Amino acid sequence: MFDSIFAIIWIFIKIIAIVLPLLLCVAYLTYAERKVIGYMQGRIGPNRVGILGLGQPFADFLKLLCKEIIIPSASNRYLFIIAPILTIAPALAAWSVIPFSQDIVLANVNAGVLFIFAMSSLGVYGVLIAGWASNSKYAFFGALRAAAQTISYEIAMGFALVGVLLAAGSVNLQEIVLAQQGGLWHWYWLPLLPLFVIFWIAGMAETNRAPFDVAEGESEIVAGFHVEYAGMSFAVFFLAEYTSMILISILTVLFFLGGWLSPFEGIPGLQTAFAFVPGFVWLVIKTCFFLLLYLWIRATFPRYRYDQIMRLGWKILIPVALLWVIVVSAAIICKIGPWFS
Amino acid sequence: MMPLTSEWLGVNEKIMNKLKHFFKSFLLWELLVGLKLTGRYLFSKKITVQFPEEETPRSARFRGLLALRRYPNGEERCIACKLCEAVCPALAITIEAEPRADGSRRTTKYEVDFFKCIYCGFCEESCPVDSIVATSQMHYHFEKRGENIFTKEKLLAVGDKYEKEIAANRTKDSAYR
Repeated sequence: MFDSIFAIIWIFIKIIAIVLPLLLCVAYLTYAERKVIGYMQGRIGPNRVGILGLGQPFADFLKLLCKEIIIPSASNRYLFIIAPILTIAPALAAWSVIPFSQDIVLANVNAGVLFIFAMSSLGVYGVLIAGWASNSKYAFFGALRAAAQTISYEIAMGFALVGVLLAAGSVNLQEIVLAQQGGLWHWYWLPLLPLFVIFWIAGMAETNRAPFDVAEGESEIVAGFHVEYAGMSFAVFFLAEYTSMILISILTVLFFLGGWLSPFEGIPGLQTAFAFVPGFVWLVIKTCFFLLLYLWIRATFPRYRYDQIMRLGWKILIPVALLWVIVVSAAIICKIGPWFS
Repeated sequence: MMPLTSEWLGVNEKIMNKLKHFFKSFLLWELLVGLKLTGRYLFSKKITVQFPEEETPRSARFRGLLALRRYPNGEERCIACKLCEAVCPALAITIEAEPRADGSRRTTKYEVDFFKCIYCGFCEESCPVDSIVATSQMHYHFEKRGENIFTKEKLLAVGDKYEKEIAANRTKDSAYR
Protein backbone atom coordinates (compact mmCIF):
# COMPACT_ATOMS: atom_id res chain seq x y z
CA MET A 1 0.00 0.00 0.00
CA PHE A 2 2.60 2.54 1.15
CA ASP A 3 4.98 1.27 -1.48
CA SER A 4 2.62 2.21 -4.26
CA ILE A 5 1.95 5.62 -2.72
CA PHE A 6 5.68 6.27 -2.51
CA ALA A 7 6.10 5.10 -6.08
CA ILE A 8 3.45 7.58 -7.21
CA ILE A 9 5.04 10.41 -5.24
CA TRP A 10 8.44 9.49 -6.66
CA ILE A 11 7.07 9.60 -10.20
CA PHE A 12 5.46 12.93 -9.41
CA ILE A 13 8.81 14.33 -8.25
CA LYS A 14 10.44 13.04 -11.43
CA ILE A 15 7.77 14.72 -13.54
CA ILE A 16 8.41 18.02 -11.79
CA ALA A 17 12.15 17.54 -12.28
CA ILE A 18 11.51 17.30 -16.02
CA VAL A 19 8.76 19.88 -16.48
CA LEU A 20 10.24 22.72 -14.41
CA PRO A 21 13.60 22.89 -16.22
CA LEU A 22 11.67 22.45 -19.46
CA LEU A 23 9.53 25.51 -18.77
CA LEU A 24 12.68 27.44 -17.86
CA CYS A 25 14.17 26.38 -21.19
CA VAL A 26 11.02 27.57 -22.95
CA ALA A 27 11.30 30.95 -21.20
CA TYR A 28 14.89 31.38 -22.30
CA LEU A 29 14.16 30.02 -25.76
CA THR A 30 11.81 32.97 -26.30
CA TYR A 31 14.59 35.26 -25.06
CA ALA A 32 17.15 33.55 -27.31
CA GLU A 33 14.76 33.84 -30.23
CA ARG A 34 14.39 37.58 -29.83
CA LYS A 35 18.13 38.02 -29.32
CA VAL A 36 19.22 35.84 -32.25
CA ILE A 37 16.69 37.26 -34.69
CA GLY A 38 17.57 40.75 -33.50
CA TYR A 39 21.27 40.13 -34.04
CA MET A 40 20.61 38.75 -37.51
CA GLN A 41 18.73 41.95 -38.35
CA GLY A 42 21.51 44.20 -37.04
CA ARG A 43 19.62 44.95 -33.82
CA ILE A 44 20.48 43.93 -30.26
CA GLY A 45 17.15 42.60 -29.03
CA PRO A 46 15.79 42.94 -25.49
CA ASN A 47 18.39 44.33 -23.06
CA ARG A 48 16.46 46.43 -20.55
CA VAL A 49 14.95 44.03 -18.02
CA GLY A 50 17.72 42.81 -15.74
CA ILE A 51 21.31 42.22 -16.83
CA LEU A 52 21.43 41.85 -20.63
CA GLY A 53 17.65 41.66 -20.61
CA LEU A 54 17.72 38.25 -18.95
CA GLY A 55 14.62 39.14 -16.93
CA GLN A 56 12.59 39.72 -20.09
CA PRO A 57 10.90 36.28 -20.27
CA PHE A 58 9.68 36.63 -16.69
CA ALA A 59 8.44 40.15 -17.31
CA ASP A 60 6.55 38.86 -20.35
CA PHE A 61 5.16 35.96 -18.35
CA LEU A 62 4.00 38.24 -15.53
CA LYS A 63 2.34 40.54 -18.02
CA LEU A 64 0.43 37.66 -19.60
CA LEU A 65 -0.47 36.31 -16.16
CA CYS A 66 -2.00 39.63 -15.07
CA LYS A 67 -4.03 40.09 -18.23
CA GLU A 68 -7.71 39.33 -18.42
CA ILE A 69 -8.73 36.11 -20.16
CA ILE A 70 -11.35 37.22 -22.65
CA ILE A 71 -13.91 34.66 -23.75
CA PRO A 72 -15.71 35.90 -26.85
CA SER A 73 -19.49 35.74 -26.41
CA ALA A 74 -19.90 34.03 -29.79
CA SER A 75 -17.46 31.26 -28.88
CA ASN A 76 -18.14 27.81 -27.54
CA ARG A 77 -16.75 28.56 -24.10
CA TYR A 78 -16.01 25.01 -22.92
CA LEU A 79 -14.07 24.06 -26.03
CA PHE A 80 -12.49 27.49 -26.04
CA ILE A 81 -10.97 26.84 -22.61
CA ILE A 82 -10.15 23.18 -23.27
CA ALA A 83 -8.27 23.88 -26.52
CA PRO A 84 -5.07 25.34 -25.01
CA ILE A 85 -4.97 22.50 -22.47
CA LEU A 86 -5.33 19.98 -25.31
CA THR A 87 -2.33 21.57 -27.00
CA ILE A 88 -0.01 21.71 -24.02
CA ALA A 89 -0.85 18.30 -22.53
CA PRO A 90 0.48 16.14 -25.40
CA ALA A 91 3.46 18.46 -25.87
CA LEU A 92 4.45 17.82 -22.25
CA ALA A 93 3.38 14.15 -22.18
CA ALA A 94 5.79 13.29 -24.99
CA TRP A 95 8.67 14.19 -22.69
CA SER A 96 7.95 11.23 -20.44
CA VAL A 97 9.69 8.77 -22.78
CA ILE A 98 12.65 10.94 -23.80
CA PRO A 99 15.93 9.41 -22.57
CA PHE A 100 18.19 12.20 -21.37
CA SER A 101 21.13 9.91 -20.85
CA GLN A 102 22.02 6.23 -20.66
CA ASP A 103 19.85 5.76 -17.56
CA ILE A 104 17.90 9.00 -17.05
CA VAL A 105 14.43 8.40 -18.42
CA LEU A 106 11.03 8.71 -16.78
CA ALA A 107 9.39 5.82 -18.63
CA ASN A 108 11.47 3.47 -20.71
CA VAL A 109 8.57 2.47 -22.94
CA ASN A 110 9.27 -0.16 -25.56
CA ALA A 111 7.17 1.60 -28.18
CA GLY A 112 8.58 5.02 -27.31
CA VAL A 113 8.73 6.22 -30.90
CA LEU A 114 5.09 5.38 -31.49
CA PHE A 115 4.10 7.14 -28.26
CA ILE A 116 5.96 10.29 -29.25
CA PHE A 117 4.53 10.18 -32.75
CA ALA A 118 1.01 9.85 -31.33
CA MET A 119 1.54 12.69 -28.87
CA SER A 120 3.03 15.12 -31.37
CA SER A 121 0.08 14.42 -33.68
CA LEU A 122 -2.49 14.96 -30.93
CA GLY A 123 -1.36 18.55 -30.57
CA VAL A 124 -3.15 19.54 -33.75
CA TYR A 125 -6.52 18.78 -32.15
CA GLY A 126 -5.97 21.62 -29.72
CA VAL A 127 -5.27 23.95 -32.61
CA LEU A 128 -8.29 22.73 -34.57
CA ILE A 129 -10.62 23.05 -31.60
CA ALA A 130 -9.24 26.49 -30.74
CA GLY A 131 -9.89 27.67 -34.27
CA TRP A 132 -13.38 26.27 -34.37
CA ALA A 133 -14.45 27.28 -30.85
CA SER A 134 -13.31 30.89 -31.34
CA ASN A 135 -16.06 31.37 -33.93
CA SER A 136 -13.93 33.83 -35.86
CA LYS A 137 -12.99 33.69 -39.54
CA TYR A 138 -9.28 34.20 -39.00
CA ALA A 139 -9.05 31.62 -36.26
CA PHE A 140 -10.98 29.15 -38.40
CA PHE A 141 -8.72 29.73 -41.41
CA GLY A 142 -5.68 29.22 -39.23
CA ALA A 143 -7.07 25.99 -37.83
CA LEU A 144 -7.90 24.64 -41.30
CA ARG A 145 -4.43 25.43 -42.55
CA ALA A 146 -2.81 23.90 -39.48
CA ALA A 147 -4.83 20.71 -39.88
CA ALA A 148 -4.04 20.30 -43.59
CA GLN A 149 -0.38 21.04 -43.05
CA THR A 150 0.08 18.75 -40.06
CA ILE A 151 -1.67 15.84 -41.76
CA SER A 152 0.49 16.22 -44.88
CA TYR A 153 3.79 16.47 -43.05
CA GLU A 154 3.01 13.73 -40.58
CA ILE A 155 3.28 11.22 -43.43
CA ALA A 156 6.73 12.42 -44.47
CA MET A 157 7.79 12.46 -40.83
CA GLY A 158 6.46 8.94 -40.36
CA PHE A 159 8.40 7.63 -43.34
CA ALA A 160 11.56 9.32 -42.07
CA LEU A 161 11.02 7.48 -38.80
CA VAL A 162 10.45 4.19 -40.62
CA GLY A 163 13.99 4.54 -41.95
CA VAL A 164 15.33 5.03 -38.44
CA LEU A 165 13.36 2.09 -37.10
CA LEU A 166 14.64 -0.13 -39.92
CA ALA A 167 18.21 0.89 -39.26
CA ALA A 168 18.03 0.53 -35.48
CA GLY A 169 15.74 -2.50 -35.46
CA SER A 170 13.86 -1.13 -32.47
CA VAL A 171 11.14 1.32 -31.48
CA ASN A 172 12.68 1.94 -28.07
CA LEU A 173 14.34 5.35 -28.00
CA GLN A 174 17.24 4.18 -25.84
CA GLU A 175 17.97 1.25 -28.13
CA ILE A 176 17.83 3.55 -31.17
CA VAL A 177 20.51 5.76 -29.63
CA LEU A 178 22.64 2.81 -28.54
CA ALA A 179 22.43 1.37 -32.06
CA GLN A 180 24.32 4.45 -33.25
CA GLN A 181 27.31 3.80 -30.99
CA GLY A 182 30.78 4.05 -32.51
CA GLY A 183 31.42 7.73 -33.22
CA LEU A 184 30.40 10.57 -35.47
CA TRP A 185 30.30 8.47 -38.66
CA HIS A 186 28.14 5.79 -37.11
CA TRP A 187 25.32 8.15 -36.26
CA TYR A 188 22.34 7.88 -38.55
CA TRP A 189 22.62 11.35 -40.04
CA LEU A 190 25.08 9.97 -42.58
CA PRO A 191 23.39 6.83 -43.94
CA LEU A 192 19.94 8.41 -43.53
CA LEU A 193 20.89 11.91 -44.67
CA PRO A 194 17.79 12.53 -46.82
CA LEU A 195 15.55 11.20 -44.04
CA PHE A 196 17.38 13.40 -41.53
CA VAL A 197 16.67 16.51 -43.63
CA ILE A 198 13.09 15.42 -44.28
CA PHE A 199 12.50 14.75 -40.58
CA TRP A 200 13.81 18.18 -39.70
CA ILE A 201 11.73 19.96 -42.35
CA ALA A 202 8.61 18.01 -41.40
CA GLY A 203 9.33 18.75 -37.75
CA MET A 204 9.41 22.45 -38.48
CA ALA A 205 6.12 22.16 -40.34
CA GLU A 206 4.65 20.08 -37.50
CA THR A 207 5.43 22.76 -34.93
CA ASN A 208 3.98 25.46 -37.21
CA ARG A 209 7.23 27.40 -37.21
CA ALA A 210 8.60 29.70 -39.88
CA PRO A 211 8.78 29.21 -42.82
CA PHE A 212 5.77 26.89 -42.37
CA ASP A 213 3.80 29.21 -40.06
CA VAL A 214 0.82 29.78 -42.35
CA ALA A 215 -1.42 28.60 -39.48
CA GLU A 216 -0.68 31.83 -37.66
CA GLY A 217 0.57 33.93 -40.60
CA GLU A 218 0.53 37.40 -39.04
CA SER A 219 0.38 39.27 -42.31
CA GLU A 220 -2.67 37.59 -43.78
CA ILE A 221 -4.77 36.07 -40.97
CA VAL A 222 -3.67 38.21 -38.00
CA ALA A 223 -2.58 35.42 -35.64
CA GLY A 224 -4.44 32.42 -37.02
CA PHE A 225 -5.96 30.00 -34.57
CA HIS A 226 -5.15 32.02 -31.44
CA VAL A 227 -6.44 35.48 -32.45
CA GLU A 228 -9.21 35.38 -29.88
CA TYR A 229 -7.01 34.23 -27.01
CA ALA A 230 -5.60 36.62 -24.44
CA GLY A 231 -3.62 36.43 -21.22
CA MET A 232 -2.82 33.02 -19.79
CA SER A 233 -4.86 31.07 -22.35
CA PHE A 234 -2.66 32.58 -25.04
CA ALA A 235 0.47 31.93 -22.99
CA VAL A 236 -0.40 28.24 -22.86
CA PHE A 237 -0.47 28.06 -26.67
CA PHE A 238 2.83 29.86 -26.71
CA LEU A 239 4.27 27.44 -24.19
CA ALA A 240 3.04 24.45 -26.18
CA GLU A 241 4.63 25.76 -29.37
CA TYR A 242 8.03 26.22 -27.77
CA THR A 243 7.83 22.93 -25.89
CA SER A 244 7.20 21.12 -29.17
CA MET A 245 10.11 22.99 -30.72
CA ILE A 246 12.45 21.67 -28.05
CA LEU A 247 10.87 18.23 -28.40
CA ILE A 248 11.44 18.08 -32.15
CA SER A 249 15.03 19.25 -31.69
CA ILE A 250 15.79 16.63 -29.07
CA LEU A 251 14.09 13.95 -31.19
CA THR A 252 16.21 14.85 -34.19
CA VAL A 253 19.27 14.50 -31.99
CA LEU A 254 18.12 11.15 -30.60
CA PHE A 255 17.21 9.69 -33.98
CA PHE A 256 19.99 11.02 -36.16
CA LEU A 257 22.80 12.48 -34.09
CA GLY A 258 23.44 9.81 -31.52
CA GLY A 259 21.58 11.39 -28.60
CA TRP A 260 23.82 11.52 -25.57
CA LEU A 261 26.75 9.78 -27.30
CA SER A 262 30.02 11.67 -27.44
CA PRO A 263 31.03 12.91 -30.92
CA PHE A 264 34.65 11.98 -30.14
CA GLU A 265 33.90 8.30 -29.75
CA GLY A 266 36.36 6.15 -31.65
CA ILE A 267 38.88 8.96 -32.16
CA PRO A 268 42.04 8.00 -30.25
CA GLY A 269 43.17 10.67 -27.81
CA LEU A 270 40.08 12.83 -27.99
CA GLN A 271 37.86 10.02 -26.78
CA THR A 272 39.68 9.73 -23.47
CA ALA A 273 40.20 13.50 -23.21
CA PHE A 274 36.47 14.12 -23.35
CA ALA A 275 35.42 10.98 -21.47
CA PHE A 276 34.62 13.04 -18.34
CA VAL A 277 31.82 14.95 -20.08
CA PRO A 278 28.49 13.38 -19.07
CA GLY A 279 26.25 12.25 -21.90
CA PHE A 280 23.53 14.68 -20.85
CA VAL A 281 25.80 17.61 -21.74
CA TRP A 282 26.33 16.29 -25.27
CA LEU A 283 22.58 15.89 -25.65
CA VAL A 284 22.00 19.49 -24.53
CA ILE A 285 24.70 20.87 -26.83
CA LYS A 286 23.31 19.04 -29.84
CA THR A 287 19.73 20.06 -29.00
CA CYS A 288 20.79 23.69 -28.62
CA PHE A 289 22.27 23.58 -32.09
CA PHE A 290 18.92 22.54 -33.55
CA LEU A 291 17.08 25.16 -31.54
CA LEU A 292 19.46 27.74 -32.94
CA LEU A 293 18.76 26.35 -36.39
CA TYR A 294 15.04 26.89 -35.77
CA LEU A 295 15.66 30.56 -35.00
CA TRP A 296 18.20 30.93 -37.76
CA ILE A 297 15.76 29.57 -40.32
CA ARG A 298 13.02 31.84 -39.00
CA ALA A 299 15.30 34.85 -39.41
CA THR A 300 16.24 33.83 -42.95
CA PHE A 301 13.33 32.50 -44.96
CA PRO A 302 10.02 34.08 -45.95
CA ARG A 303 6.79 32.21 -45.26
CA TYR A 304 5.77 29.53 -47.76
CA ARG A 305 2.60 30.03 -49.73
CA TYR A 306 -0.07 27.49 -48.80
CA ASP A 307 0.03 25.61 -52.12
CA GLN A 308 3.82 25.54 -52.02
CA ILE A 309 3.67 23.87 -48.62
CA MET A 310 1.35 21.21 -49.99
CA ARG A 311 3.53 20.69 -53.06
CA LEU A 312 6.68 20.33 -50.99
CA GLY A 313 5.03 17.89 -48.60
CA TRP A 314 3.25 15.61 -51.05
CA LYS A 315 5.34 15.80 -54.21
CA ILE A 316 8.85 16.02 -52.82
CA LEU A 317 9.25 14.98 -49.19
CA ILE A 318 7.02 11.90 -49.28
CA PRO A 319 8.44 10.40 -52.52
CA VAL A 320 12.03 11.06 -51.43
CA ALA A 321 11.39 9.57 -48.00
CA LEU A 322 9.77 6.49 -49.58
CA LEU A 323 12.69 6.08 -51.95
CA TRP A 324 15.21 6.29 -49.16
CA VAL A 325 13.29 3.79 -47.04
CA ILE A 326 13.75 1.37 -49.93
CA VAL A 327 17.44 2.23 -50.19
CA VAL A 328 17.89 1.70 -46.45
CA SER A 329 16.07 -1.62 -46.59
CA ALA A 330 18.32 -2.75 -49.43
CA ALA A 331 21.40 -1.59 -47.51
CA ILE A 332 20.30 -3.57 -44.48
CA ILE A 333 19.71 -6.72 -46.49
CA CYS A 334 23.13 -6.34 -48.14
CA LYS A 335 24.65 -5.56 -44.72
CA ILE A 336 26.46 -2.45 -45.91
CA GLY A 337 28.81 -1.45 -43.09
CA PRO A 338 29.64 0.21 -40.77
CA TRP A 339 26.01 1.01 -40.02
CA PHE A 340 24.09 -2.08 -40.96
CA SER A 341 26.62 -4.88 -40.51
CA MET B 1 29.27 9.06 -83.58
CA MET B 2 27.22 12.21 -83.13
CA PRO B 3 28.51 15.31 -84.93
CA LEU B 4 29.40 18.19 -82.62
CA THR B 5 26.93 20.63 -84.15
CA SER B 6 25.71 23.68 -82.32
CA GLU B 7 22.25 22.10 -82.17
CA TRP B 8 23.55 19.07 -80.32
CA LEU B 9 25.51 21.26 -77.95
CA GLY B 10 22.38 23.30 -77.24
CA VAL B 11 20.42 20.22 -76.21
CA ASN B 12 23.31 19.08 -74.09
CA GLU B 13 23.39 22.41 -72.32
CA LYS B 14 19.68 22.18 -71.57
CA ILE B 15 20.13 18.78 -69.97
CA MET B 16 23.13 20.01 -68.03
CA ASN B 17 21.15 22.97 -66.72
CA LYS B 18 18.31 20.70 -65.70
CA LEU B 19 20.70 18.39 -63.89
CA LYS B 20 22.35 21.34 -62.21
CA HIS B 21 18.98 22.66 -61.10
CA PHE B 22 17.97 19.22 -59.84
CA PHE B 23 21.04 18.76 -57.68
CA LYS B 24 21.01 22.35 -56.51
CA SER B 25 17.43 22.13 -55.28
CA PHE B 26 17.88 18.74 -53.64
CA LEU B 27 21.04 19.81 -51.85
CA LEU B 28 19.11 22.89 -50.59
CA TRP B 29 21.86 25.02 -52.11
CA GLU B 30 19.96 28.32 -52.24
CA LEU B 31 18.75 27.84 -48.67
CA LEU B 32 22.31 27.33 -47.44
CA VAL B 33 23.39 30.51 -49.23
CA GLY B 34 20.59 32.37 -47.46
CA LEU B 35 21.56 30.91 -44.09
CA LYS B 36 25.14 31.94 -44.70
CA LEU B 37 24.04 35.53 -45.27
CA THR B 38 22.02 35.78 -42.06
CA GLY B 39 24.79 33.91 -40.26
CA ARG B 40 27.19 36.64 -41.28
CA TYR B 41 24.79 39.30 -40.03
CA LEU B 42 24.65 37.52 -36.66
CA PHE B 43 28.23 38.64 -36.04
CA SER B 44 28.04 42.00 -37.81
CA LYS B 45 28.14 45.34 -36.00
CA LYS B 46 24.79 46.27 -34.46
CA ILE B 47 23.36 49.64 -35.45
CA THR B 48 20.86 50.03 -32.61
CA VAL B 49 20.91 53.45 -30.95
CA GLN B 50 20.18 53.02 -27.21
CA PHE B 51 17.75 55.91 -27.12
CA PRO B 52 17.57 57.58 -23.74
CA GLU B 53 21.34 57.22 -23.30
CA GLU B 54 22.31 57.73 -26.93
CA GLU B 55 20.84 59.88 -29.66
CA THR B 56 21.44 60.17 -33.35
CA PRO B 57 23.46 63.29 -34.28
CA ARG B 58 21.41 66.42 -34.93
CA SER B 59 22.34 69.32 -37.21
CA ALA B 60 23.17 72.76 -35.78
CA ARG B 61 20.33 74.01 -37.94
CA PHE B 62 17.78 71.70 -36.37
CA ARG B 63 14.57 73.61 -35.63
CA GLY B 64 13.05 72.39 -32.39
CA LEU B 65 11.50 74.12 -29.38
CA LEU B 66 11.48 77.95 -29.62
CA ALA B 67 13.25 80.11 -27.02
CA LEU B 68 13.74 83.77 -26.18
CA ARG B 69 17.34 84.85 -25.53
CA ARG B 70 18.92 87.48 -23.29
CA TYR B 71 22.01 89.67 -23.60
CA PRO B 72 24.96 88.64 -21.43
CA ASN B 73 24.00 91.38 -18.94
CA GLY B 74 20.63 89.70 -18.35
CA GLU B 75 18.54 92.16 -20.37
CA GLU B 76 16.06 90.45 -22.68
CA ARG B 77 16.83 90.89 -26.35
CA CYS B 78 13.27 91.27 -27.63
CA ILE B 79 12.38 94.85 -28.61
CA ALA B 80 8.76 94.08 -29.50
CA CYS B 81 9.13 94.87 -33.22
CA LYS B 82 6.48 92.20 -33.89
CA LEU B 83 8.22 91.03 -37.11
CA CYS B 84 8.01 87.42 -35.93
CA GLU B 85 4.30 87.78 -35.22
CA ALA B 86 3.83 89.19 -38.71
CA VAL B 87 5.86 86.55 -40.54
CA CYS B 88 4.51 83.54 -38.64
CA PRO B 89 2.54 81.53 -41.24
CA ALA B 90 0.67 79.58 -38.57
CA LEU B 91 -0.25 82.63 -36.46
CA ALA B 92 1.27 80.91 -33.47
CA ILE B 93 2.87 84.02 -31.93
CA THR B 94 0.90 86.66 -29.99
CA ILE B 95 2.66 89.83 -28.84
CA GLU B 96 1.48 92.80 -26.81
CA ALA B 97 3.88 95.67 -26.05
CA GLU B 98 4.19 99.04 -24.29
CA PRO B 99 7.10 101.27 -23.14
CA ARG B 100 8.77 100.20 -19.94
CA ALA B 101 9.49 102.61 -17.02
CA ASP B 102 13.00 103.30 -18.39
CA GLY B 103 11.47 104.30 -21.73
CA SER B 104 12.60 101.21 -23.73
CA ARG B 105 10.06 99.39 -25.80
CA ARG B 106 9.37 95.90 -24.42
CA THR B 107 6.76 93.17 -24.71
CA THR B 108 4.20 92.73 -21.95
CA LYS B 109 3.02 89.50 -23.46
CA TYR B 110 4.86 87.09 -25.76
CA GLU B 111 3.13 83.78 -26.27
CA VAL B 112 3.80 80.87 -28.64
CA ASP B 113 1.16 78.21 -29.16
CA PHE B 114 3.12 75.02 -29.86
CA PHE B 115 0.06 73.30 -31.25
CA LYS B 116 0.00 75.88 -34.02
CA CYS B 117 3.75 76.23 -34.49
CA ILE B 118 5.02 74.44 -37.59
CA TYR B 119 8.71 74.88 -36.70
CA CYS B 120 9.45 76.70 -39.98
CA GLY B 121 12.00 78.99 -38.33
CA PHE B 122 10.73 82.16 -40.08
CA CYS B 123 10.51 83.94 -36.70
CA GLU B 124 14.19 83.24 -36.08
CA GLU B 125 15.11 84.58 -39.53
CA SER B 126 12.99 87.70 -39.19
CA CYS B 127 14.29 88.64 -35.74
CA PRO B 128 16.64 91.67 -35.99
CA VAL B 129 18.16 91.09 -32.51
CA ASP B 130 18.44 87.27 -32.48
CA SER B 131 15.90 87.14 -29.69
CA ILE B 132 13.55 84.33 -30.74
CA VAL B 133 15.51 81.26 -31.82
CA ALA B 134 14.82 77.62 -32.55
CA THR B 135 16.74 75.36 -30.18
CA SER B 136 17.59 71.78 -31.11
CA GLN B 137 15.40 70.43 -28.31
CA MET B 138 12.89 67.91 -29.62
CA HIS B 139 11.99 65.83 -26.58
CA TYR B 140 9.27 67.73 -24.77
CA HIS B 141 5.62 67.11 -24.11
CA PHE B 142 2.52 68.70 -22.64
CA GLU B 143 0.58 66.99 -19.88
CA LYS B 144 -2.30 69.42 -19.27
CA ARG B 145 -4.55 71.47 -21.49
CA GLY B 146 -3.03 74.92 -21.95
CA GLU B 147 0.55 73.82 -21.42
CA ASN B 148 1.00 74.02 -25.17
CA ILE B 149 0.94 77.84 -24.92
CA PHE B 150 4.37 79.01 -23.76
CA THR B 151 4.39 82.39 -21.99
CA LYS B 152 7.23 84.86 -22.15
CA GLU B 153 8.65 83.60 -18.82
CA LYS B 154 8.66 80.03 -20.05
CA LEU B 155 10.30 80.96 -23.35
CA LEU B 156 12.95 82.99 -21.56
CA ALA B 157 13.52 80.07 -19.17
CA VAL B 158 14.06 77.75 -22.14
CA GLY B 159 16.52 80.28 -23.54
CA ASP B 160 18.39 80.51 -20.23
CA LYS B 161 18.55 76.75 -19.92
CA TYR B 162 19.97 76.09 -23.38
CA GLU B 163 21.89 79.37 -23.93
CA LYS B 164 25.25 77.59 -24.25
CA GLU B 165 23.95 75.18 -26.86
CA ILE B 166 22.09 77.94 -28.75
CA ALA B 167 25.21 80.11 -28.87
CA ALA B 168 27.38 77.18 -30.01
CA ASN B 169 24.92 76.24 -32.76
CA ARG B 170 24.73 79.84 -33.98
CA THR B 171 28.52 80.23 -34.15
CA LYS B 172 28.69 76.99 -36.12
CA ASP B 173 26.11 78.28 -38.60
CA SER B 174 27.24 81.96 -38.67
CA ALA B 175 29.37 81.51 -41.79
CA TYR B 176 26.28 80.59 -43.82
CA ARG B 177 23.93 83.32 -42.60
